[in-house]
Amino acid sequence: MARDGGFFKRLTKGLSKSREQLNEKLETVFAGKKEIDEELLEELEEILITSDIGFETTQELIETARKQLRRKDINNPESLKQSIKNQMVSLLKPREGRLPIDDLPIAPYVIFFAGVNGVGKTTTIGKLAKNLKARDKKVILAAADTFRAAATPQLALWGEKAGVDVIAHQDGSDPSAVVYDAIQSAQHRLADFVLVDTAGRLHTKKNLMEELKKMCRVADKVMPGAPHEKLLVLDATNGQNALMQAKQFHEAIGLTGLILTKLDSTAKGGVILQIAHEFDLPIYLIGVGEGAEDLQNFDAEAFVQAMF
Amino acid sequence: MFDTLTERLNTVFKKLKGQGKITEENVREAMRQIRLSLLEADVHYKVVKSFVATVQEKAIGVEVLSSITPGQQIVKIVHDELVELLGTRHTQLRLTGVPPYPVLLVGLQGSGKTTTIAKLAHMLKQGGKHRPYLVPADVQRPAAIDQLTALAKQIHAPCYPSKTSDNPVRIAEKAIQEATRAGCDVVLIDTAGRLQVDEPLMAELQKIKEAVNPSDILLVVDAMTGQEAVKVAEAFNERLDLGGVILTKLDGDARGGAALSIKAVIDRPIKFVGIGEKIEDFEPFHPDRMASRILGMGDVLTLVEKAQEAFDQKQVEKFEKKLKKNSFTLEDFRDQLQQIRKMGSLESIMSMIPGMQKLKGKQNLQLDEKELVKVEAIINSMTRKERLNHAIINGSRRKRIARGSGTTVQDVNNLIKRYVQAKKMMKRFSKMGKRKNFGKGSFPFPV
Repeated sequence: MARDGGFFKRLTKGLSKSREQLNEKLETVFAGKKEIDEELLEELEEILITSDIGFETTQELIETARKQLRRKDINNPESLKQSIKNQMVSLLKPREGRLPIDDLPIAPYVIFFAGVNGVGKTTTIGKLAKNLKARDKKVILAAADTFRAAATPQLALWGEKAGVDVIAHQDGSDPSAVVYDAIQSAQHRLADFVLVDTAGRLHTKKNLMEELKKMCRVADKVMPGAPHEKLLVLDATNGQNALMQAKQFHEAIGLTGLILTKLDSTAKGGVILQIAHEFDLPIYLIGVGEGAEDLQNFDAEAFVQAMF
Repeated sequence: MFDTLTERLNTVFKKLKGQGKITEENVREAMRQIRLSLLEADVHYKVVKSFVATVQEKAIGVEVLSSITPGQQIVKIVHDELVELLGTRHTQLRLTGVPPYPVLLVGLQGSGKTTTIAKLAHMLKQGGKHRPYLVPADVQRPAAIDQLTALAKQIHAPCYPSKTSDNPVRIAEKAIQEATRAGCDVVLIDTAGRLQVDEPLMAELQKIKEAVNPSDILLVVDAMTGQEAVKVAEAFNERLDLGGVILTKLDGDARGGAALSIKAVIDRPIKFVGIGEKIEDFEPFHPDRMASRILGMGDVLTLVEKAQEAFDQKQVEKFEKKLKKNSFTLEDFRDQLQQIRKMGSLESIMSMIPGMQKLKGKQNLQLDEKELVKVEAIINSMTRKERLNHAIINGSRRKRIARGSGTTVQDVNNLIKRYVQAKKMMKRFSKMGKRKNFGKGSFPFPV
């Protein structure tokens, strides 16, 4: 993953489209203004809300800035901008997380990838597999999305690209059985990682959430303590509903971390601020493009910097 | 998590009682609440602004009717305005010119284009009205072609044998010829998901459009989309002059404000919505339901449909007969419970009932799903004989049932008590049914 030197460049490149737009907007808003007035605050509100940060969080950020304004801690548009940035960073900083890659506590390290439909679970797994393989890790992919047509071939193609093994059953078979097999063969083959691709499911579907719970139980049965990570994949183009997704998935299986995808779009993924505010879950990875190298570690400063 | 707008407005207008007209001053707070509610539903910032301005204009000076609260009245104005904006009636797929009619589906990655194509094809096939031909022109995503091919097989529709090495424009052109040869009249073309800022891929879509001259071009949008929806819709519309929009994943709990944003900025009808995992879970767009949903006002119509779906007609008839004969057993009780649970989680069912949100907040009405599991376990631990005749369940049987279901004797007692009560109620119902024309004063319930 992050070859640290190039990380910031890559992220800013990935986010450049949104960056340009937002920056342009901010510059025009802040340019030529010497004082902070109501108009400026309202425009700031618009910028924050259109980044999907959400009404409440936006109000909180602006309210804090107002207080600082009254205390004369900030007195010009530039320091107002800095105040908002600082607030965001301090919210996101504690959520920076890193997957243990070179210091695995146990092997095989079983990682579940869950999320609603179309957020990019399979693609994320493909990219991660490629990255892990490049670091000489032995990886096994578990095609546990047995529901969607051609989900297995999709993962298999990624496996081929990455040069890692894929454990798959027939379409429509029990996904828990795939999990069982994958962990067992990972143990036999002394693999470092098992990446489990689960079917996309809306968090409101009770039976599908039960199915996911069962998959976790089965994993624990083959290998006590597994899955070691239960990651929720979130789509940056999603709005406030991402918060509900986090809530429901967390309630169902007890998440251990988050992944934010599609940050190369013009969407800013601002809802992550709310999620960071409400849940103590590390954000492990972000997706900023189509290539395997576009899967990056989450860095609070870079993220906020790229937003502004 | 989201309070309903009605609830919020009622709080605002509590002070207003006794006033004859809604004034500018008390409208202002109401507008703030409407704004908040719409933003929470992911309606775009600018769209909210202009929408609220319109509503404000309409609300000022409206007379407060004695029968309803000012809050409700404002909600009605908001709701009507939303329906008006979303389009008052359903717009069909545009199939004009000489068949086969090409229809292009476009959108971001993961919006659900491929699944939607299969659902749309299935719908067109219903009643033998059309013969759709499916075309996988997504050569980007691994196995996208396999996915559509597999779905085509499922719905018994012909599908063009694309290869990932083919050019999407060529695929589309050749597929039209193939469709004509196969005697199909609608050609549904699946394109790769792309970002609206991806210049080469957007240019490719334009080329496909020029090559096949589509009868309709539909943008597929995820109902969970946030503020981004506006930019996506604008960009795709500018390039392709869209014919309409399909909203997917509406079976979740997203309020779907994106629908309003898109309609407002590109003024193209939302034609269909995807409402589930199955091929049949696809229907025409209903503006009124969408309006209620965006406002978080509950959705009785969807609830009714869900109930119809979950309750199998034959079982309902059987149940009715049993009611009439008053032979409702514990076994039937269990079946009923299971059917209700098929409709989804209690939480989601309750959320569809208007006003329920309010009750939940106020009376600490906790819905415990586990309670239902317990009841089922208790009934399952009974012998069939016991289930058919609860009268034989004596003390020692109760102890055994409690042990078998992992509950206490008290739980078993409670259940039996509730069952007896329910049975009594049903006896009343069945009597009511027999006495067809009961006049005034003979209402069967103690009022």
